[in-house]
Amino acid sequence: MQFIFKQTNELIRSIEEFIDITREGSLHFKKALSLFLENKIAEFEERVAIISENEHNADSLKKIIESKLYLRMLLPESRGDVLTILETMDKITNRSKSVIKAFSVERPEIPEDVKSGMLELAEAADKAVEALVAVVRAYFDNAHNVHEKLHLVKFYEKEADVLSEKIKRDIFAYSTPLAVKLQLRDFISGIDGLADSALDVADVVSIAAARLIV
Amino acid sequence: MLSFFFLSSGLFLGWSLGANDAANVFGPAVGSRMLKFGTAAAVSSIFIILGAAFSGAETSETLDSLGSVNELAGAFIVALAAAFTVYWMTRLHIPVSTSQAIVGSIIGWNVFSGNLTDISALAKIVSSWVTAPLLSACFSAVLYGIAKAVLSKSSIHILKLDYYNRIGFLIVGAFGAYSLGANNIANVMGVFISVSPFRPFEIGTVSFSSTEQLFMLGSLAIAAGIISYSSETMKTIGRRIARLSPVAALIAVSSSSLVLFVFSSSSLSRLIESAGLPPIPHVPVSSSQAMVGAVIGIGLIKGSRELNYKLLGKIASGWLSTPVAAGLLSFISLFVLQNVFNQEVYKPIYYKVSRESAKVIESAGLDFKGNEELYDSIFRSASEFKDALKDPDNDSIRVLLFLSQIGEVYPDMDRALTDGRLSDVQFSALASVGGMNFQSRWQLYERLAAQTEEWRFEAGKTVRNARLLRLFKTVISEAD
Repeated sequence: MQFIFKQTNELIRSIEEFIDITREGSLHFKKALSLFLENKIAEFEERVAIISENEHNADSLKKIIESKLYLRMLLPESRGDVLTILETMDKITNRSKSVIKAFSVERPEIPEDVKSGMLELAEAADKAVEALVAVVRAYFDNAHNVHEKLHLVKFYEKEADVLSEKIKRDIFAYSTPLAVKLQLRDFISGIDGLADSALDVADVVSIAAARLIV
Repeated sequence: MLSFFFLSSGLFLGWSLGANDAANVFGPAVGSRMLKFGTAAAVSSIFIILGAAFSGAETSETLDSLGSVNELAGAFIVALAAAFTVYWMTRLHIPVSTSQAIVGSIIGWNVFSGNLTDISALAKIVSSWVTAPLLSACFSAVLYGIAKAVLSKSSIHILKLDYYNRIGFLIVGAFGAYSLGANNIANVMGVFISVSPFRPFEIGTVSFSSTEQLFMLGSLAIAAGIISYSSETMKTIGRRIARLSPVAALIAVSSSSLVLFVFSSSSLSRLIESAGLPPIPHVPVSSSQAMVGAVIGIGLIKGSRELNYKLLGKIASGWLSTPVAAGLLSFISLFVLQNVFNQEVYKPIYYKVSRESAKVIESAGLDFKGNEELYDSIFRSASEFKDALKDPDNDSIRVLLFLSQIGEVYPDMDRALTDGRLSDVQFSALASVGGMNFQSRWQLYERLAAQTEEWRFEAGKTVRNARLLRLFKTVISEAD
C-alpha cells in the first residue's frame, strides 16, 4: 500500500507539472509577443524555442499521466474526465506554440497603433489561462470550489473577444492592402483563440466537477 | 454417509449466499475496478469464515428459538426449500433474503411436525426485515451528510481520495464480510445445529464443537460460492449502483455492513442494554435489502426525487412472498420425503404433566389451575398439548412446554463450560448436578431452581424467562 501511495504522489506531481507548463506557456507567449513587438528578434526567438520545448514536455507528460492512469486502473469513475481535461488543456499549449511560430515564420508588420491593443489582448488571454489553471487545480483538490472560480475564465474570455473585435475593426479601417489586413486578422484571432481554448477547458472541468461532487 | 448427504442442502444454500450476497460487500469496489476480484474474493472468504466462527452463534439461537429442527432429514428439506426459494426469487429479479426463506421454511417444518412457532421470536425476526433496510438508510444518510460536509471543506487531491477509497473499500469490505459471516451463517447452518452429525474433537489444546465444525463447513461453502460464482454478480451490483460516486458507494457498503453487524453483535447489544435501552435482537437480516436501503438513504440526502418505488414494492412483497413460498415448499417436500421416501423428518416430542410436575410448574409462576383433567395424559406434539389447555397463555406457553416435555436429560457440562453467558452462580448450581441423569426436564429444573433464583422462571417476566429458556436449551442434552 505504501508503494501505491508513493506512486500516487508521483502521479500527482506529474499532473501539477503539466498544469505549471500550461501556465508558464501562456506567460512565455505574452513575453515573446512583447519582445516581437519591441523588435527584439533574437530574444524573441529564444522564447519561441522555450515555448516549443514546453509544448513537447506537455505532450510527453500527458502521455505518461495517461498511461499511468490506465495501467494502475486509477480513478475508474473519473479517469475519462481527467484525460479529457488534460487533452483540452494541452490544446492551449499547442495553440501558443503554433501562433508564436507563425509570428516567427511570417514576421508580420504590425502597425504602431495595433501594438498596444495586441499586448492588451495577450494580457487578457493570459489572465483567462491563469484563471483556468485555478479552476483545474480546484477540480483536482476540491471540486466544490470549481464553480466559484469559473466566472473569472468567462470574464477574461469575454474581455479578449471585445478587444479582438475592436482591434480587427481598427485594422480594417486602415488603408493598408487587404492581404496585410487579413494576415493581421489571423494573428489577432490566434491570440484570442488562447482565451477561447481556456474557456473550452473550463466548460469540460465544470461538467466533470459536477460528476465528481460526492 | 447419508447424514453428510443431508448437509448438502445447507452447503448449497451457503454456496448461493456466497455467490449472491458477498457481491453486496465487494460489488461496488470490484464493479468500478477499484479492487481486483482476486483480492475481493480472498478478503471476503477469510473474513466471512472469521465472522461465522466468532460471532455466528447469536443469530443461530434466534432461528433455533423459532423452531428447533430435530431430524437431519427434516433440516435437509428446510435448507433445500429455502435454497430453492432463493434461487427462484433471484430469477424473478427480486432482491431476495436468505433469512426470509429460511424462516418460512422453518415455519413449514413447525406446522408439519406440530411444533409451536414462537410468535415473539417470529415478531422479532419479521420486524428486523423492515428495520434493517430502514436503519441502513438512516446510517447511509447520516454518513453521507457527514462525508459531504467534510469533503466540501477539505482539500484532498482526487488521486489521494481514490487511494483512500481503495483502502476504505478493503477495510469496509473486510468488516462487511465479517458481519455477513456472523449474521448469515445461521441461515446456512442454523437448522443443522440440533442434528449435527459431527462430534466434538480436539487438536492439541484447541477444541472444536459440533456447531463450530458446522459453521466452518458452512463458511467454506460460502467462500466457494464467492470464488466460483460471485465475479459476475459483483460486476452487476457495481454497475447497478454505478451512478453513485466512489465515496457514496463506500458509504453504502459501510452502512449495510454496519446493519449486519448491529444485528449480530452480542457485545454491542450488551452495551446498549447496560445503558438501559432494549437489547438489539440477534437476527439474520438480508444484506441485499440493507444495501438497497443504504442507496435509498443516500438518494434522499442528494435530493433525488426518483425513488424506485417498483423496487421498494418488490422488496416489500418479498417480505411476505418469500417466507410463504419457502414455507409451502418446505411443508410439501417434508410430506413427500416422509411418505414417499420413508424418511423421518422430525422426532416426535411428547408432553405430560403429572401432579408432581404441576407443583413445579406453579412454582415457576405458571397457572395450571383448571387443567387438572390433563394430568398424566400424553400429548404427541406441542400443538396438540396447547389445544388441550384451557386458556393457554401465549407468554408462558414455552416455559410450560419445556417443563412438560418427556425425555431423560442430563446437564451438558462441556457446553456449559464453553457458553460465556452462564453466571458463576448458575455454573456452580449446574456443576452440583453434573453427571446425574434426570427422568424429566422439570426434575432438573426443580433441583437448579432450589439452589439459586438465577435458574428460576418468574411470573410475567417474559424476556428473562425466554433468555433462561435459551440457557436451559444450551446446557441440557437428551440422554440416548
